[in-house]
Amino acid sequence: MQDFEYIAPRTLSEAVALMSEKGESARPLAGGTDILVQLRGGRRSVERIVDVKHVPELNEMSFSRESGLVLGAAVPCYRLYQDQDIAQAYPGIMDAASMIGGIQIQGRASVGGNLCNAAPSADAIPPLIVHNATCVIAGQQGTREIAVEEFCTAPGRNVLQGGELLVSMRIPAPKSGSGGRYLRFIPRNEMDIAVAGVGSWVQLSPDNRSIVSARVALASVAPTPLFVEESGARLAGREVSKEAIEDAAQAAMEAARPISDMRGTIQQRRHLVGVLTRRTLEGAIARATN
Amino acid sequence: MAKKAHIETTINGEQVEYLCEPRQSLLEVLRDVLEMTGTKEGCNDGNCGACTVVMDGRIVNSCLVLGAEAEGANLETIEGVATPDSLHPLQQSFLQNAALQCGICTPGFILASKALLEMEPDPGEERVRHWLAGNLCRCTGYDKIVKAVLEAADVLEVKG
Repeated sequence: MQDFEYIAPRTLSEAVALMSEKGESARPLAGGTDILVQLRGGRRSVERIVDVKHVPELNEMSFSRESGLVLGAAVPCYRLYQDQDIAQAYPGIMDAASMIGGIQIQGRASVGGNLCNAAPSADAIPPLIVHNATCVIAGQQGTREIAVEEFCTAPGRNVLQGGELLVSMRIPAPKSGSGGRYLRFIPRNEMDIAVAGVGSWVQLSPDNRSIVSARVALASVAPTPLFVEESGARLAGREVSKEAIEDAAQAAMEAARPISDMRGTIQQRRHLVGVLTRRTLEGAIARATN
Repeated sequence: MAKKAHIETTINGEQVEYLCEPRQSLLEVLRDVLEMTGTKEGCNDGNCGACTVVMDGRIVNSCLVLGAEAEGANLETIEGVATPDSLHPLQQSFLQNAALQCGICTPGFILASKALLEMEPDPGEERVRHWLAGNLCRCTGYDKIVKAVLEAADVLEVKG
């Protein structure tokens, strides 16, 4: 592996200073499951690795039914799915956290890192989008927040400017009568990259008969994870029905912009988006009524 | 060349100090600096699980951990599994079930299985297969490994 310096700061201000000093040639290290592979493979070059796992803000995982979840960018997947309250409150995110890599990867890889790596196929991003997550970003100029669906800009690229750090994701308090689900298609049972993935979230009326609002987001069918507003628009205010779900699935298939590659063809991916949108909406509705 | 880091860590219950380059993985430190060659290098990119070690109670791929990150950590490697007098029941069960051929994947499978059985003494076959999805074996076809883990679980429960 190429030569670099390694620093493990203990405070956020120190981490930001260390990042800013080097600009684009500094990279943060959380679980390391993407960055170390990229460095070893010569796909990225850095002068400084800033290990952010000892910065309290990036390690925070605090949840309350009133204020929602603050998920530090370096919190590994296993800490999420081991917490029963969080698992219940954000089931779509939990689906993803327990399917990224194998157990060894989940012991290190963070949801925040999955977001920063900005792979089109990232499993954690569609559920973050549909659960309405906001990114908290720190830089020399202070802190800014953006919606998670605006974070990824191209394959492997995100909105972070040289020296900026993703600190955490804030996810609103779960409303009663809401539910989420994430599913992906892979040709094996685990340890694979999504051919297509879909995250769905619904908010039902108090009698569970109609959909108040819904959000759908897609993985692996565009250069970035894709938020499909139109699917939600076609569900809002409708009765829970096969027809409504089918309309939303159609909108998702129209929004998808897949390519053909070694994992799948355009036609297969578009078809999968339809199937997975239906299944995740049905799953989200089932969870919302529980 | 970046300055070497001086790291203090615990491996198999013993305090260990070493010097490492920032770019050296924990796997390289274990094998090349500490000459603990029980941990194997397979794919070196986090897919095969041959380099599995336990770090602060969780199994990790040591090829995807920097040696410098082990500062203050509690590590367990395959060298700490058997006692001088006897093999661990998992090791015994792997032998009895012929759950290894070339043996490169075995230390990783043993550590991953041990971590599972310590958390869940009685996992079913499906759980064992799912848990071990991050460990690849190109010889056995997995059936014998899964059987060995399930048998070891029974033995450990009886001893429990």
